[in-house]
Amino acid sequence: MKTVASTQYPVPSRAVRRWLQAAALALAVFVFMGAGDPDVRFKDLGHRMMCTCGCGQVLLECNHVGCQSSDKMRDELQAALDKGGSNNDDLILQGFVQEYGPTVIAAPTATGFNRVAWIMPFLVLALGIAFAVHIVRSWKNRPEPALADGITIPQGSELDEFRRKARKETDL
Amino acid sequence: MSQIGSFALMLALGLSAYCFLAGFVALFRRDAASARLGETARRAGIATFAAVLLAGIVLVVAAFNDDFSIAYIFHHSNRDLPAAYKFAVLWSGQEGSLLFWSLLLAGYGFVLRLRYKTDQRLFAYASVIIASVQVFFLLILNFAAHPFAVMQGALPADGTGLNPLLQYPEMVIHPPMLYLGYVGFTVPFAFALGALIMKYPGEKWIQITRRWTMVTWCFLTVGVFLGAHWAYAVLGWGGYWGWDPVENASLMPWLTGTAFLHSVMMQEKRGMLKVWNMSLIFATFLLSMLGTFLTRSGVISSVHAFAQSSIGTWFLVFIGLTLAVCTFFLIANRSHLKSEHKLESLVSRESSFLFNNLLLLVVCFTILWGTFFPILSEFVQGHKVTVGPPFFNRVAIPVALLLLLLTAVGPLLAWRKTSVESLKRNFLFPAIGSLAVGGMMILFGVRPWEDPSYFYATMAAILSALVIFTVISEFVRGGRVIAGKTQQNLLSAMIHLCHRNTRRYGGYIVHFGVALVIIGILGTPFNKEVEKEMGFGDKINIGPYTLVCQSFTQDDNPNYANEWAIINVFRGGKQITTMYPERRFYKASQQPQTLPRIYPSFREDLFLVTDVYLVYEGKNETTGRPIIKAHLNPLVPWIWIGLIIMVFGTIVALVPNAAAVQVAATTPVRAPAQVGAGG
Repeated sequence: MKTVASTQYPVPSRAVRRWLQAAALALAVFVFMGAGDPDVRFKDLGHRMMCTCGCGQVLLECNHVGCQSSDKMRDELQAALDKGGSNNDDLILQGFVQEYGPTVIAAPTATGFNRVAWIMPFLVLALGIAFAVHIVRSWKNRPEPALADGITIPQGSELDEFRRKARKETDL
Repeated sequence: MSQIGSFALMLALGLSAYCFLAGFVALFRRDAASARLGETARRAGIATFAAVLLAGIVLVVAAFNDDFSIAYIFHHSNRDLPAAYKFAVLWSGQEGSLLFWSLLLAGYGFVLRLRYKTDQRLFAYASVIIASVQVFFLLILNFAAHPFAVMQGALPADGTGLNPLLQYPEMVIHPPMLYLGYVGFTVPFAFALGALIMKYPGEKWIQITRRWTMVTWCFLTVGVFLGAHWAYAVLGWGGYWGWDPVENASLMPWLTGTAFLHSVMMQEKRGMLKVWNMSLIFATFLLSMLGTFLTRSGVISSVHAFAQSSIGTWFLVFIGLTLAVCTFFLIANRSHLKSEHKLESLVSRESSFLFNNLLLLVVCFTILWGTFFPILSEFVQGHKVTVGPPFFNRVAIPVALLLLLLTAVGPLLAWRKTSVESLKRNFLFPAIGSLAVGGMMILFGVRPWEDPSYFYATMAAILSALVIFTVISEFVRGGRVIAGKTQQNLLSAMIHLCHRNTRRYGGYIVHFGVALVIIGILGTPFNKEVEKEMGFGDKINIGPYTLVCQSFTQDDNPNYANEWAIINVFRGGKQITTMYPERRFYKASQQPQTLPRIYPSFREDLFLVTDVYLVYEGKNETTGRPIIKAHLNPLVPWIWIGLIIMVFGTIVALVPNAAAVQVAATTPVRAPAQVGAGG
C-alpha cells in the first residue's frame, strides 16, 4: 500500500520554545515597564507632544520666555492624568489633537498614511542591505585579472608561510 | 555707500558671467586663441573675488557707521550694538548671509584659480563650474535679495537691532564655519563634475581635492557642533539638538560628505566605487544647496530660519538644473567610471566601507524623509503632521549604533581579505574592554531593560568603548612594532607611527573623537531638572548639588536691561562655584532673551563630568522673586571635547606623511596577502 507523505513542518524543540517564550515575556515587560506610574506617564506623554507656541520644541522642553501655551498644556495634561478616568494614553493624546490639531503630536501616528513615515526608513535600510549584498557578491564573482607570464599567486601552505613571515615582521 | 556696494555686486556678476562663458567656450574650442580666452576667464574669476570682497567690506563698514539708509543695516543693527556683533551683521540676515556665501565661494575660487598650474585643463573645468554657481548667487544678490536696498521715506534715527538670539560670542564664529563647510563642498563637486565631463584619466582628481574635501568637512563639523553648542548655551532648554529642520539641513551634507571621505579611499586604493563616489559628492553639494534653500525659503518653520522670501524658487530651479546636469553626465559617461578590481572577501575593509556608506546614507535619508514628510503629508492628507525628536530618535539611533559598531570593527579589517584568526586576535582586547564597560554600567545601577533610552545608552557606551579600545590597540600594536625596530619609547614610537601614515592614524583620532561625542550624548536619559521660585537663601537640591540663592538683582546698559540671580553651588557641604543665570531685554528689538549659565564639574568628577545648567526663567510678578530652572546634564562636556579631538585628528590627517622607518633588511616577503588591517 502506498502511503501519502504529509507535509512536515519543523517543530522547535522544547528548549527553543522556552527561550522564545522567555524572550516574548521580556519584550512585553520591556515595552510596558512603568506604564502605570503617573510621573512616568506625564514625562512620556509630555515628550510625545509639541508646544504649540511656534517654538518648535517638545512640550516638556519648551522654556520659551513668556510662552502662553506650554504652561497651559502641561496643566491640562496633568489634569487629564489626575482625573484618572482614562488609563489609555492614546485617548489623552486624542483629546489634545481635538483641541490643538494634529501637529500637536510630536511624531506621526502609526495609522493611515502616517505609517509610511515609519516604514520608509526601514524599507530603505532593508533594500540598501540587499543591494549592498548583491554588489558584494557580484564583485566577488568577477573574473580574476589576468597575470603577466611567470607570476603565480601563492596558495595553501605557501601563502601561510608568507603570512607567518609578514606577521613576524610587522605584528606583535 | 549703498551705490558702491550695488556697483561692486553688479561688477562681480559681470565678471563671473564672463568667467563662466569665456571659460566654457575656451574649453570646447581647439584653436590657439582658446588658451588666451581661457586665461582671460581665469583672471575674471580672480577679479570676481575682489569685487565681492569690496561689496562685503562696504556692508560691514555701513554697519559700523550705523548707515540706516541701507534697509539691511536698519533691520539687523542698531547704534548700541557691540562692535563684534556689528561685524556679524554681515551674515545675520537673509541678504547679508547670501553675500557672505558668495564671498566665500569667490574666495575658494580665487585660491583654486591661483593654483591652476597643478593641472591646467582640470582646473579650467573646475573654474567654469564654480563660476556657474557664483553667477547663480550673484543673480540672487542683484535681483532678488539685494543687501544694499535703500530705505524709503525719512531716515530712521536707529536700527531695529540684531536678533537677541544672535547676540552671543559663538554666533560670530558658528555661521562662518558652517558656511565655509557648505560652500567648500563646491570645490570637490566642481572637480568631480569636471573630471567626469572631460573623462579625466585615473584618480588624480581625488588626490588634488583630498585636502579641500577634508578641510571643508572639518569646517562643516565645527559649524554643526558650534550650532549645537549655541543652542545649548543660548536657547536655554537644556539640550543641544532638537532635530530642527535647519539643524537637520546642516547634518545631511555632513553625513554624505563623511561617506564620501571613506568610500573615496576605495577608489584611490582599489579603483572601486567610481560611480558611487561621483554620486556622493554630487549629493553632498546638492544637500548643501538644499540646506541653504530650507533656511531661506520659509517652506519649513524653524527657529534658525530666515524670514520667508521668494528666493526659494531660485534655489529650486538651480537645484533642479544641477541635478539634471549631474545625472546627464553620470549616464552619458558611465563607461568611464567602470570599476577595475574585484572583491576578494566579504570580511574586508572594502565591504566595511560599503556598509558604512550604506548606514550613513540611511541616516541621511531618514533625516531628509522626516524633514520633508510634513509637506508630503499636507499634499496627501490635506493636513501637516509634526515629525519631531521622537521620530528621529526612534529611527536614526538604532542605525547610528550599527554605524558605531562598524566604526569599531572597520579599522581591524584589512584591505582585500582578513583572516578570522587575525580578526579574533585584534578584536579580543577591545571586545573584553567594552563588555567590561557595559558590566560596570549595570553594576552602577543602569538598568537597560527598564527603559529603551537606558538600553540605547548602554549599547552606545559599549560600542563607544569598543571604538576607543580599537583605536588604542591599533596605536599600541603599531607603536610597539616601531619601538622594537627603532629602540624608541612607546609614546615616541606612536607619534612616529602617526607621522608615517597621517591619514590612517589621523582618521583613527577622528574616530576616537566621535566615540567621545557619543559618550557625551548617551548621558541624556540620566538628565535631571528642578524648577523653583527662589528668594534669598532658598535652596534647590538636585543630584549631589545644593543650589542656594544668595541674591538677585538687575542692571541696565544702552543695548539691554537685564536681571539675574546669584546662585552659590555646594557639593558635599563645600561651595564649589557661584553662577549668574540671567535674563536680558534688548531695547532696540524689544525682545527678551534668557542666558543660561553652565558649570562643568571637571574638578569634582573628571570622567563622569556633569554640567550644572541654570536658567533664569523669569520673575514672579507678585513676589518679585526669580524662577530658576536647574538642570543636571551628565557627560555633555565630552561632546565638545570630542569635537576638539575630531578637529585635531583631521589636522593630523592633513599633514604630509614622513618617510618610512629604515630598518635592517630581513628575508624579503613576496605578496603579503593578509596581515592585520591595512591603511
